[in-house]
Amino acid sequence: MQATAVDSKLHCYHCGDPVYTDLFETDNHPFCCLGCQSVYRILSKNKLNQYYKYNAHPGKTQSKNTRHLEYLDDLKIIEKLIDFKDEQYTLITLYIPAIHCSSCIWLLEHLYKLNPSIVQSRIDFTKKQASIKFMHAKISLRSLVELLIRIGYEPIISLQDVVKEHKPLNQNTLVRKIAVAGFCFGNVMLFSLPEYFGLGAMDHKYASLFNGLNLAFSLPVLLYSARDYFTSAYASIKLKQVNLDVPLALGILVLFIRSALEILSNTGPGFMDTLCGLVFFISIGKWIQNRTFYHLSFERDYRSYFPVAVTLIEGETEKAQAIADLKVGTRIRIRNNEIIPADAVLINGDAAIDFSFVTGESRPVKKVLGEVIYAGGRQLGGSIELEIVKPVSQSYLTNLWNTDNYKAYDHKFQTFSNSISKYFTTIVLSIAILAALFWVCHQDTTKAWAAFTAVLIITCPCALALSSPFTLSAALSLFDKNKCFIKNTAAIEQMAKIQTLVFDKTGTITSPQSQNIRFIGQLTSRDADRVASLCKNSSHPLSTKIVQYLAMETTTRPVQDYQESIGRGIQGIIDGKLIKVGSAAYTQADVSAKHSSVFVSIDQEIRGYFSIMQYWREGLDILISKLKPLYSMHLISGDQDKDQATLQTIFPQANMHFNQSPQDKLQYIQKLQGNKQVVCMIGDGLNDAGALKQANFGIAISDDIHSFSPGCDAILEGRAINKLPELLKFSKAAMQVIYISFGISLLYNTIGLYFAVQGGMSPLFAAILMPMSTVTIISFTSIATHLYARKLHLKST
Amino acid sequence: MEIIYFLIACSIFIAILFLGAFLWANTTGQHDDTHTPAIRILFEDELIDHAESDLSEKKEEKSEK
Repeated sequence: MQATAVDSKLHCYHCGDPVYTDLFETDNHPFCCLGCQSVYRILSKNKLNQYYKYNAHPGKTQSKNTRHLEYLDDLKIIEKLIDFKDEQYTLITLYIPAIHCSSCIWLLEHLYKLNPSIVQSRIDFTKKQASIKFMHAKISLRSLVELLIRIGYEPIISLQDVVKEHKPLNQNTLVRKIAVAGFCFGNVMLFSLPEYFGLGAMDHKYASLFNGLNLAFSLPVLLYSARDYFTSAYASIKLKQVNLDVPLALGILVLFIRSALEILSNTGPGFMDTLCGLVFFISIGKWIQNRTFYHLSFERDYRSYFPVAVTLIEGETEKAQAIADLKVGTRIRIRNNEIIPADAVLINGDAAIDFSFVTGESRPVKKVLGEVIYAGGRQLGGSIELEIVKPVSQSYLTNLWNTDNYKAYDHKFQTFSNSISKYFTTIVLSIAILAALFWVCHQDTTKAWAAFTAVLIITCPCALALSSPFTLSAALSLFDKNKCFIKNTAAIEQMAKIQTLVFDKTGTITSPQSQNIRFIGQLTSRDADRVASLCKNSSHPLSTKIVQYLAMETTTRPVQDYQESIGRGIQGIIDGKLIKVGSAAYTQADVSAKHSSVFVSIDQEIRGYFSIMQYWREGLDILISKLKPLYSMHLISGDQDKDQATLQTIFPQANMHFNQSPQDKLQYIQKLQGNKQVVCMIGDGLNDAGALKQANFGIAISDDIHSFSPGCDAILEGRAINKLPELLKFSKAAMQVIYISFGISLLYNTIGLYFAVQGGMSPLFAAILMPMSTVTIISFTSIATHLYARKLHLKST
Repeated sequence: MEIIYFLIACSIFIAILFLGAFLWANTTGQHDDTHTPAIRILFEDELIDHAESDLSEKKEEKSEK
């Protein structure tokens, strides 16, 4: 919901936006637009008014764009979208980003009241998904989606959905492993207790029973719960690397062998409780490390920007076709606001293409017949006919994703715990062997075996393995509270290493919503009324802004003879006067203004112009002054250099680059990385997507985190950008916490080692030391990260 | 003291039942969404304002469930 501008103003009953006109009113409730009003009417007609009872203004403002959903009638496309279908019912899961409050859940779960053919709908609030079961004989998928759009919950159906490649990591298997380990841990502890307290002479006959049960309970832990550690350790040894799973797996294995031998030979109780506890704790650590945000997608690529289908022209008929099936030479129709899916030649129509996705430049580009239009542009205005020259997968924009740069991304860095585990394992192994050799030299082979195994058991890096996941996941949730959503825990480590910051301009350091609009010239209030009335007829973004700017005091007047010239301007006759609003050429003004300007002429006489300036994000100067001493700063913009003078105070001249294509941005990052710099790219649009992926750490700035953010390592809400210096500092603090907790766990290991090398380590000692070190690490890491966050004035609760 | 064999057998049996219940809940997806049911339970069954809400609708909803 928008922040309230002036309190005395009326607010839309549906979405809470300020209301500028009294045109839309139903049942004494004001509405900001026809969209909101019609949603209310549908709901009240179907007795779903309760929607407005659970929350004030539960709706989202209704966009005016019309969608073409013909492709949802295509059986081949439907088949890819649905989850399940039988003779009567179809089940589909849709991603609906508008889900944001309990009213949404209530309404979407009562869809059957709007249409009885919808049998059941279930909402998953955190994932923003709706699973809908409907009778496909009575309601088509298309009408279902249209119904959702009518009530203001438009599902996002993109190509990436259809492909369903990126399934979120399913942690359920891990949860089951933790459950089994915890279950066995509890039972083994129970049967080990009598041993610790000392069995009476009479009770010794039970000892073998208890030990046997312990052995039985530890088998599922070893074979089921700990299996991942063995496979991971084996894989890493095969790759001639040593990760932290190697000493863990070694410790687990030695623990089991020694304990099993002791139990089977009736020589001692073994360490089965330590084994089960160890696996239980490290599995929890792993689970915590793997937690991610299910509702955010960090892996978006071009396919989530492209539509699922376009309109194909075959002779006289038109039909929907999935864009994956588009072939070279086919003709397609692109309507207003649709995206061009593949490189194509313009055959027919007035093309005014908005390439803001690709270049960041929002001014529409005009194309003439026969010219090649690259994929990713959005057509503004009337419909055009195109002929495909390259298939979707080989178009200019998609090629950017398919180059090798993008794929050699996965193993771009090693985590701290993995990089030290090599040394750790070597040292531990050599101490164990030395201790064994020492006792062999003293002719004591039993002690040699005891010392060797005890060293491997006691140094099993349980606390070490936990310190990094617990710290990073605590940090992750603190980042989350400060509106910075980081992809995973490993990314925080990379964030701490950043040396260079590269900013994109449009949408990143300028705010897309609050553009500064001013009228320069003379305009009487009556004329202002007329201009506003004229602009209300157009859905062009600039017209909407002018209406908002003038709206406070205007009354709507009837417009006659309205005409809109795409990409140029609008005109109409109001009160007998010809009003023209548009570009300098359209209104025949002879001024060349620097910013995007909209001229106004009344009866062929220029009255002035609206100057529309990019507006810097709030707190930008403080942000920059904080970052400047710490990082080397760069700016790359797809825009023209009209703001260079303002920016010169912020960025060094040599580090500012304008008119950069997406490919240029990518290469610029590569060049910086070539100079051994750890680069962080901060951008927003599809045009930055290449650079974001190439950078060591990519931050996508987004004003609506649920829609349209390109693939990246972190998503930062636009409003939170002034916290960036603190967030970067916090990532470094988190790393410090990890280093300290590594130190603490090493201290525990050394204490344990002292006893272990002497060959005399009792099971009780191991059973106390291991959980104690674990508890210390967990409490230290969570307390320390919260303290650091408070010190940096970040929100911690 | 021979009773201890019986008691141990009982306790392990019951504990395994609970573990089984947990694993069953997990495999059938009951832990997939832990947030929405908490909100869903707060909804009223029927409309508050509209006393005139027709009975047929109520019946329909019941038969749905």
